[in-house]
Amino acid sequence: MSGCHDANTMEDLPPCSKKIVLAGNPNAGKSVVFNFLTGMYVDVSNYPGTTLDISSGRLGGDVVIDTPGVYGISSFNDEERIARDIILTADIVINVVNAVYLERDLFLTQQIIDTGVPVIVALNMIDEVEKQGLRIDVQKLEEIMGVIVIPTVAVLKKGLVELKNAIPSAHSGNITPNLPCKLKEISMATGSQAEALLIIEGDQAVACRNCLQTESFREEVYLLRRKHVNEIINQTVFETGKGSTFSTTLGRMMIKPLTGIPILAVILWVLYEVIGIVIAGNVVGFTEGTVMQGIYEPAVRMAVGYVVPLDSWLGIILTGEFGVLTMTFSYVLGLLLPLVAGFYLFLSLFEDSGYLPRIATLVDRLLVGIGLNGRAIIPMILGFGCVTMASITTRLLSTEREKRIAIFLLGLVIPCSAQLAVIAAIIGSIGISYAALYGLVIFCVLVIVGTLLNILLPGNPTDLLIDLPPLRLPRIGNVLHKTFTKSYAFTKEAVPLFAVGALIISVFQLTGILLFLQKMMAPLTVGCLNLPRETATAFIMGIVRRDFGVAGLNGMHLSPVDGLVSIITITLFVPCIASILVIFKERGKKEATIMWGGTWVIAFTVGGIVAQVFSAAKNISHGKIMVALVFIGMSIITIIFSTVFHRLKAVKCLRRVES
Amino acid sequence: MKLDKIKKGQTCRIVSIPSQDIRTQVIRFGIAEGELVCCAEIVPAGPVIIRKNRQEIAFGRSLAKQIDVVLN
Repeated sequence: MSGCHDANTMEDLPPCSKKIVLAGNPNAGKSVVFNFLTGMYVDVSNYPGTTLDISSGRLGGDVVIDTPGVYGISSFNDEERIARDIILTADIVINVVNAVYLERDLFLTQQIIDTGVPVIVALNMIDEVEKQGLRIDVQKLEEIMGVIVIPTVAVLKKGLVELKNAIPSAHSGNITPNLPCKLKEISMATGSQAEALLIIEGDQAVACRNCLQTESFREEVYLLRRKHVNEIINQTVFETGKGSTFSTTLGRMMIKPLTGIPILAVILWVLYEVIGIVIAGNVVGFTEGTVMQGIYEPAVRMAVGYVVPLDSWLGIILTGEFGVLTMTFSYVLGLLLPLVAGFYLFLSLFEDSGYLPRIATLVDRLLVGIGLNGRAIIPMILGFGCVTMASITTRLLSTEREKRIAIFLLGLVIPCSAQLAVIAAIIGSIGISYAALYGLVIFCVLVIVGTLLNILLPGNPTDLLIDLPPLRLPRIGNVLHKTFTKSYAFTKEAVPLFAVGALIISVFQLTGILLFLQKMMAPLTVGCLNLPRETATAFIMGIVRRDFGVAGLNGMHLSPVDGLVSIITITLFVPCIASILVIFKERGKKEATIMWGGTWVIAFTVGGIVAQVFSAAKNISHGKIMVALVFIGMSIITIIFSTVFHRLKAVKCLRRVES
Repeated sequence: MKLDKIKKGQTCRIVSIPSQDIRTQVIRFGIAEGELVCCAEIVPAGPVIIRKNRQEIAFGRSLAKQIDVVLN
């Protein structure tokens, strides 16, 4: 893996080697082509942001570089800037396009051709074309664009050998007709057609490094290019029939609230059934109980016992209650891995099917109320996989204000897969009514905090503008591959973290610090949350990794109410060290510190409210109703307050305009 | 009229899109001022989904309120 700048200056590159760059719209299949060409693994992902790390590999003596999926190279966001910088220095660009969506994808193709770089087009997913009732005249396409076009089905490796063989004969294509004559003028000054093109398209950074002013021909060039692409489409793509309408109908149903919300609910229910019941119950029962605790742990204790006495301090650190060798592996491999793999399987299915942008459209209206737009649902959903990774994808949001709100809510209310997995396991044991209450409380906190942030932060939410890709059946191989590699990455990251965490806790336990911290936190845990004092350990562990904290609770045999209070508090509690580091990196010291402090306060306040309401209630079911009412009530008050606030603001604005 | 007033299934011509940023983004998706598009779906109080050939784009409601269209 190397960053974009490393990619430009790869040190061990042979002198005559070529730089082959893969470019394309999101979800076009670049990464699959990349894997084929280089034989190196790269994460196959749908969304810009998730492939922000640039991968590079070797093809013979040449170097192949993957770029993030973009709709153009116009500096609208980080991905486009990275893609632009890599493409501008490429010797050959392999442009992977989705054959079904040529109207959209060829815009980028034509923009790359306009830079003058040699291009080969991989006309990917050609097998879908017929199913959609289309026919493409490939020869005509080659002729008009002036570049080699190779039909491929990347996931089935069809056409990829031809693609590879065609690389040496790549050549520059036909640029968009009638581009402003200013292009030639600037080309002379910069000595590069590509740089000149981006300058007339108003790219600040490129103009700056050439010591030139930007030109404002962006729209003119875009319209000319659009017209040219439409012309190409008219001459090469033909409708042969109706094609499949089922996916179109289903796609529509996912967007409309009347059908979309039930579909989402059913999917979430299936998720709960599979992960919370089947995996958390049966699978984990076998992996954690039978395999790890039944076979692995006794074996380790016996082996360690030969070397040091088990009740010595070293014995306790290695194999005690929080043993580095016992707890680490039982938790990571026995408890978390099956659950995390389950979550990644569902996430990969979502990504591959094109469902995510449809959820974004469905929930847009709701997110506007908390200062975001539908696009923000993408980092939120990815957050259920891993909050750290999702925090990075907040970059796809367009304003600082949105990134700020999204990243805070992500750290606060979104439990990551590992954490959610253990939460599902705890909920599975305390019952569906607590699950509903848990969901309700977390949702209300999301609404209240989001609404307040929307009021407090200056500015307005930006509007949704999102492309809805075709809904399609996920490719099972792709999904499994993604699930496997993500689960593997999780295990690799979790084992050392858990080991260090177990070591710290063991040392704390042996030195008496643990007891001291438990006493210190007692006013919070016992007084405010009504929990046993030992739960403090779970909170301390939760700072290392959140799931670590929840996993700690799992072994504690708490009453249902205690279980509910602790999972609510732990969910809202500070995110794991890795995400905190990312938040600091993305948002700066001052802002991140405020966020970090804020999550502590909110977590214990909310947990405290739930615990206190239960202890004030006559009985458990009365308590459940009271908690639900309190949180729904607080949400409604916040929403009313926000509505009044925005009305007043609008009136004030109007008055200012009038005067 | 504005795009948010369109009904599902109606075809319209886009007259003007307010911000240059939005204009350039939709050109890349395949939709420009002066083009004929069809309303594929409307989410109640939410986004308006516009379709041109096989390309679908969701416009947030307040964005749709700023786009001028004429019915065809």
